[in-house]
Amino acid sequence: MSARNWWIERAALPLERLKRGLQTSWRTVRELTGDDAYERYLAHHAACHGGELPLDRAAWFKQEQQRKWDGVRRCC
Amino acid sequence: MLMATNSPSASFMRLLGFLLWPAVALLGAAALGGIALNRGESINSLWLIVAALCVYALGYRFYSAFVAAKVLMLDATRATPAERLADGRDFIPTHRWIVFGHHFAAIAGPGPLVGPTLAAQFGYLPGTLWILLGAVLGGCVQDFVILFCSIRRNGRSLGQMARDELGMIGGAAALMGVLAIMIILIAVLGLVVVNAMRHSPWATSTVAATIPIAMLIGLYMRNLRPGRVIEGSLLGFALLVLAVVGGGWIDESAALRTWFDYDGPPLALLVIGYGFVAAVLPVWLLLAPRDYLSTFMKIGTIVALALAIVVLRPEIRMPALTQFIDGSGPVFGGKIFPFVFITIACGAISGFHALIASGTTPKLLANEQDCRFIGYGAMAMESFVAIMAMIAACVLEPGLYFAINSPAGLVGAEPAQAVATISSWGYPVTVEQMAELARQMGETSLFARTGGAPSLAVGMASIFASAFGGQLLALWYHFAIMFEALFILTTVDAGTRVARFMLQDLLGNVVPALGRTSWYPSVILCSALVVLGWGYFLYNGTIDPLGGINSLWPLFGIANQMLAAIALCVATTIIVKSGRAHHAWVTAAPLAWLVIITTTAAWEKLFSPELRVGFIAHANDLAAQIANGSIAGAAVAQTERLIFNDQLDAALTAFFLLVSWIVVIETVRVCLAYLQGRSCPTFTETPYERAQLVD
Repeated sequence: MSARNWWIERAALPLERLKRGLQTSWRTVRELTGDDAYERYLAHHAACHGGELPLDRAAWFKQEQQRKWDGVRRCC
Repeated sequence: MLMATNSPSASFMRLLGFLLWPAVALLGAAALGGIALNRGESINSLWLIVAALCVYALGYRFYSAFVAAKVLMLDATRATPAERLADGRDFIPTHRWIVFGHHFAAIAGPGPLVGPTLAAQFGYLPGTLWILLGAVLGGCVQDFVILFCSIRRNGRSLGQMARDELGMIGGAAALMGVLAIMIILIAVLGLVVVNAMRHSPWATSTVAATIPIAMLIGLYMRNLRPGRVIEGSLLGFALLVLAVVGGGWIDESAALRTWFDYDGPPLALLVIGYGFVAAVLPVWLLLAPRDYLSTFMKIGTIVALALAIVVLRPEIRMPALTQFIDGSGPVFGGKIFPFVFITIACGAISGFHALIASGTTPKLLANEQDCRFIGYGAMAMESFVAIMAMIAACVLEPGLYFAINSPAGLVGAEPAQAVATISSWGYPVTVEQMAELARQMGETSLFARTGGAPSLAVGMASIFASAFGGQLLALWYHFAIMFEALFILTTVDAGTRVARFMLQDLLGNVVPALGRTSWYPSVILCSALVVLGWGYFLYNGTIDPLGGINSLWPLFGIANQMLAAIALCVATTIIVKSGRAHHAWVTAAPLAWLVIITTTAAWEKLFSPELRVGFIAHANDLAAQIANGSIAGAAVAQTERLIFNDQLDAALTAFFLLVSWIVVIETVRVCLAYLQGRSCPTFTETPYERAQLVD
């Protein structure tokens, strides 16, 4: 490896790490908030019920929200 | 665990490990000793933080490890319900940090903020010690063990487990207990919000604005941008901040402010009406978006408060102990034993958590071993929230704290009279000081604002304003009020809904049509019954001269601790039946303590001759006053209502006492039957299946 490339790689490394770190955090935030729930549903659907057509985003969200509140979800 | 490596770095790490925990123990002991033995001089809040963190770290590292390995025998190779029953909806194997986040957001409500604020009347020490010890030995263990039990039973709920393991009687008692606690919980939380909004146009208009904001976000997330939760929540947050600022403008306008200026009883009626509407509206329109907003707000504010306390390290002004440990305290009546343990339920041990730990959480865990981190760990974190609330209450000058939290019926309705009474207790405060504080906070008066929310908001506002700069005390104050109201109202909505389901379930046994949860007449009827139930207690709380909190909060505490006792009964039975009776003390000891404190407290609430403690004594005293003519005219009707209310509270207390003893006796019976080899409900653990998921 030439000296110049070595330096470029050294310089890129923290940036690369930062980028990956930010991506991971963003994914975590989306998962924590349930922002990616529809994507997860699609993945599950494709894996387990491949033959049927999945619900679209709006229909799925409506159904989920109604279902989620049929139990104890919040505490004192 | 791999311990065989002998490389120099591994040895060094092991040495560090050996030194770390004794150091944590020493530091924790020094901090605890410091706060316990400190007299006279004020103490820095950092001591409380350090003591708390060390206690949690030690409890987690050693005690929860013991419970995990020896008592429950967690097995990482055993498939969890999330894996075995994965359906992509309820049962979803989820990363442990995500589950932790969901679980913490679900268990952390307004309880750990209000309880410590009220218990600060005994001084900072009793409440702090109970929060720490109650959590590591009681509350965290309860959440952990119940989560474990539910995981080993396909994610069954506490009520179902009680029925399975204790039999029909225990199960029915648990169900009734949950319904009763729900009613009292909603009433008392509603009262906290009402007291925060009383004659405060700024607070009232801001809280009112949260309703259309939630609806707007509901529409946004359903129709405009379906499922875009982060976008919707950020938009909602911006609108909420605008509502806080806008409340200030309304407050300044002489014409607009009268629209939002109400006394307690009309506000109670408004909250009751709101509760009913929220219960019958579809969830996507109000409940679900409000929950998103309140969860964001809750986590954000708690983190900000922790940062602010660490940055600012405010001095604690409240003494370690006050003279009110003798039971004469103005915030609520009753001696330090048992009432400090009743007043602080959430934050030390909260039975309600058992419903969450046997609800959504067990259906998400991918690895059984994470029970410890999520059950024990999340409760330790909630306990830390309670410690911060205690700090926020105790950084106020005690005179101010008592002036805000003492009901007018006790210290006098006139400011001069109130400050004279409070100063005579040794906590000097002046009318000018109170007026200046109210002016800074943008309120007309802060006297007799019982319920804990206003004094917590004053404490939080002063901490936030000092830590993050600026002189925006009034904005911070109303931000804190909005934050508290937001998730109290979420609990009101969600609690009403759950209580409605339970009622429908119960009534469905008699009239099957009423059991259909989506049949609109049944929804309306059962929602109305539930709202009337808590609404009754809420309304009467606002007309009570002693402030309502005085009678309702202990009732709530007793109910919540009773539910914890039921949960620990189920847990103890399961541990005994799993063949590890010699370890059953892990849940039996906190259970015994809870039975002692709830029984003593319930007994005192029933039979104490002290008027502010005993419901019956208070009712008799009022009746005697009517009889001898010292209460006459228009006041008679209201007094008769107070008498009836006392009698109702007494009946409810007796009911709680009865339910908890029935469950305890059933537990003893079932455990003895098992140990003696007689017949008893069978052990219902699902059989072992090997986990396939690679974590």
